[in-house]
Amino acid sequence: MRNDERSHLIKFLEKGLRFDGRKLDEFRPITVEYGVSKNAEGSSRVKFGDTELFAGVKMSVEKPYPDTPGQGNLMVGVELSPMSSPDFETGPPSPVAVELARVVDRGIRESKAIDTQKLCLTVGEKVWMVAIDIVTVNADGGLIDASALAALAAIKDAKFPSYDGLKLDYNNHTDEPLPILKRPIAVTVYKVGRHFIIDPTGEEEEVVDARLTVTSFDGKLCALQKGDLTPLSLEDVESMVSLGLMKAKELARHL
Amino acid sequence: MKTRPDGRKFDELRPISAKAGIVKNADGSAMFKIGDTIAYAAVYGPRELYPKFLQDPTKGILRCRYNMMPFSGAGERVKPGPSRRSTEISMVTEKALLPVLNLEDFPNAVVDVFIDLPQTDAGTRCAGICAASIALADAGLWMREMVSSVSVGKVNEDILVDLTYEEESAEGEVADIPVAYLPKSGRVSLLQMDGEISKDELVKALELGRQASLQIYEVQKQTLLDKYRGESNEE
Repeated sequence: MRNDERSHLIKFLEKGLRFDGRKLDEFRPITVEYGVSKNAEGSSRVKFGDTELFAGVKMSVEKPYPDTPGQGNLMVGVELSPMSSPDFETGPPSPVAVELARVVDRGIRESKAIDTQKLCLTVGEKVWMVAIDIVTVNADGGLIDASALAALAAIKDAKFPSYDGLKLDYNNHTDEPLPILKRPIAVTVYKVGRHFIIDPTGEEEEVVDARLTVTSFDGKLCALQKGDLTPLSLEDVESMVSLGLMKAKELARHL
Repeated sequence: MKTRPDGRKFDELRPISAKAGIVKNADGSAMFKIGDTIAYAAVYGPRELYPKFLQDPTKGILRCRYNMMPFSGAGERVKPGPSRRSTEISMVTEKALLPVLNLEDFPNAVVDVFIDLPQTDAGTRCAGICAASIALADAGLWMREMVSSVSVGKVNEDILVDLTYEEESAEGEVADIPVAYLPKSGRVSLLQMDGEISKDELVKALELGRQASLQIYEVQKQTLLDKYRGESNEE
């Protein structure tokens, strides 16, 4: 069954087309909305075709991690809501959700997207914690790239809550945005047969051979993640990274 | 005449908008927004229930899951995953919806209702039930009637409908009473209360709520009509 669908897709790709008429390196229509949840410090709703998800930022004052006493804490969580697909179930985060969260987290962390030193209030004692949570509403493929873009949009939208050194006041936000230094963009390139595609629908995603998430800012790589079963040749990796870098520029324009 | 912090009359609902069919993967779905509280509901099923020991060979079962998105609440982040609060709300939501369904034709099956809230300002379980009710109808399930839910309550001397978080957390004598009404039969399938209120005031509050629930019912009906006429009334 899977093989039939795979060869059917490959037949299309030979002609330079996808099932929905897109080119191989074409995104679906993308929308990014900001400020969609008023209790969050920052929020966004992102759609890639029929894939739709929310991202929200909550901030709090906490103790720094022992190995980074002078830096704020960052956390990314992903919830693949059972609302968004018949394949997702209630319960603790699945390995797929954890991988997704960690790939988004690494992109933001390793690019130093947020200046975590500026999130330090008192070294070793008090720092800002920035929690970015992503929740899917409808899952139709391409979740990694959509999640990473939504996370970035949400931190871009975020404003510090008022803090007088003792108490946080979530009802009053300051005008101060998060100290954002870089904008890491994730583009996942998928391999099917000898073809490379981006932003697959759920239907396409089921039959791909391998994927490589390429996260970059200003043409520089900051995180990679290979997924699925088929091994990649070094030539494949080079082509996929090139495509990922090129498409990141296009994706960045949606912010 | 006295008004409320947001200028509403005592028996006035916050602005409502709703839309059916917002989650493409689901068999039925709806968004229900009342004031700043937004609930999404998606229905999957009837589908086969696993693990098998949960199956009931005499009828299908209803399973609800209420979930606030981690960033949706006033104040601190809501930790993802089930809490005592969300577990209880999921359970009472099930009990609020089940009386209008007839699952006897679906032995061994489950109807799953997933409610996610991206933004909240009190009345979340009621908004969830309103959204779920539209979503169940959108899924084509046979229903005796809709379920229209709203909170009523008392803030100091005043009996109010559809309390905001600000009203709920006011100083003094406050009662918060989420109710789910079955608008046609006039019965209630969810009734909870915390706070302080006299019996007479409770009766008055429940009557105010009934009137308000009829307005919600009209919105729910219109939302379904709009979808099946190929239109929407989303803002």
